[in-house]
Amino acid sequence: MGFYRTVTWPWPLSGDEQEAVYLSLRVAARAVGFGLPLAMIVALLLARGRFPGRFLLNALVHLPLMLPPVVTGWLLLLVFGVEGPVGAWLAARFGVHLAFTESGAALACGVMIFPLMVRAIRLSVEAVDPRLEQAARTLGAHWVDRFLTITLPLAGPGVLAAVVMGYTASLGEFGAVITFAANIPGQTQTLPLAIFSALETQGGEAVAGRLALVSVFLAVGGLVLAEFLSPRRLK
Amino acid sequence: MLRVSLEHRFAGVSLTMAFEAPTPGVIALFGPSGAGKTSLMNAMAGLLRPHRFRMELDGVPLERRRPEYRGVGYVFQDGRLFPHMSVRDNLRYGLRRGGAGPVKFDDAVALLGIGALLGRRPRHLSGGERQRVAIGRALLSNPRLLLMDEPLSALDQARRDEILPYLARLRSVLSIPIVYASHSLDEVTRLADTLVLIEAGRVVAAGPLTEMTARVDLPLALREDAGGVLRGVVNSHLPERGLTAISCGADFVWVPQITAPPGTGVRLRVPAREVILAVESPRGISVTNILQAHVVAVAEDAAGHAALVSLELGGGALLARVTRDAAERLRLAPGRPVLALIKAMSVDWHQED
Repeated sequence: MGFYRTVTWPWPLSGDEQEAVYLSLRVAARAVGFGLPLAMIVALLLARGRFPGRFLLNALVHLPLMLPPVVTGWLLLLVFGVEGPVGAWLAARFGVHLAFTESGAALACGVMIFPLMVRAIRLSVEAVDPRLEQAARTLGAHWVDRFLTITLPLAGPGVLAAVVMGYTASLGEFGAVITFAANIPGQTQTLPLAIFSALETQGGEAVAGRLALVSVFLAVGGLVLAEFLSPRRLK
Repeated sequence: MLRVSLEHRFAGVSLTMAFEAPTPGVIALFGPSGAGKTSLMNAMAGLLRPHRFRMELDGVPLERRRPEYRGVGYVFQDGRLFPHMSVRDNLRYGLRRGGAGPVKFDDAVALLGIGALLGRRPRHLSGGERQRVAIGRALLSNPRLLLMDEPLSALDQARRDEILPYLARLRSVLSIPIVYASHSLDEVTRLADTLVLIEAGRVVAAGPLTEMTARVDLPLALREDAGGVLRGVVNSHLPERGLTAISCGADFVWVPQITAPPGTGVRLRVPAREVILAVESPRGISVTNILQAHVVAVAEDAAGHAALVSLELGGGALLARVTRDAAERLRLAPGRPVLALIKAMSVDWHQED
């Protein structure tokens, strides 16, 4: 019973708690912002493209969904870490450090939500009747034109759903983030990491409870929005 | 002149088709479903790439152009209107991309009677309305050639009768050739100038509609609804007798009085089974039309009980179906002069423009 008494309405949050929430929102926004264009290209390739290696691309995209997140985080560390080939190159060439930074947390989130976004966009692109694109073609629309005026508007609700789903899922990423970006308050300590830290601390249940409530609100809000935007409803 | 030839194989089906037809005019691809009409049209639009393909319109080769730059308008069997756009935006889609053509937005809207639908979404249209919008959308993309793939086949008879007059008006207003695929002989005889008969991936025969429908050596002649087509002009009305005279070349054909004013182009369809042949002038008979003709060809039907007789008249050609017995009694043979007796009531007429 002691636990339930300590859980109170989450507002006002303390400074550190607010920091964790804002950090999570920022990280998720960057994960979705950078991931979305790439996810759209990959989804289009998988939905409409016929090329060798399509199966391989599909498998690669889905890998983060199947692997334990810790493994994904560790693989990221191997590639993008200070000693990793890409990480070392980025540091030497651009002075960009990903491991143990906020950008790194965004990268980890982006990789984790990538398969979710690709799936959602791919399904909605596949639901667009290719015969409509043919019709647009006979009316003089080249492929970029067709994509912008036919495919994208018709797949639009699915793309929006992918954004909301990806954003919401980003807020909850734990394993890959803590492995690749560590758990540094104010830098890489997102909501779930802050909750984890609070639970590890003596008498931290109140903080954990309040942050957990915030997570619940964000998650439910995201789910409701995603459901509302799903193509099924708009038809 | 439109010249098309195609060779294509897919899933065990082999298509080898070629035809040429004068332009402008309506070129009907006539044949049963699955004969290859849609494949031929898709190839002409550029949506299908056959193994071998040639297409030349008025001396311009088109087969190498991509569909979006080929200038071939396509009215699909299923309409394919864009569901996320209003009727107005659907119509403008091709207008914006094809450049200004001879058909203006307001003209197309008026011609097809779709002014009241402009603000609606396609899902709120009836099947007939949807096809009219699809025709308008293709027209407004400024095509050099218009393809129509069974545009009426998804509609019931009432909707077909609603659209056919629009199509007939279209053919007389447009200066571009129309290729019209259909498996309905009725639609074809009402619209076509050139008939291309297609069966099992082959062109069986091609030529002017009026000649093709009078030939005895084509599968067309064996149909229950076989019949010749005459093209003519309304000559005069005889209100006191309730008749209208249509002049077809040197002949007059009388039909029950129609509303079209003199000078109007009409096409007359005379069912082969309604044509009576005589070798001497009958008297005291109700038949209004007694036309001089001579036999061009005679053939028997599959069962051998009926004779198909191709006739040449002063202003066209007709087909008659009589019993084999009658053909023998009258000694019908190529070159023999006969009288073709046609009840005025048996003649179907349709306005050309």
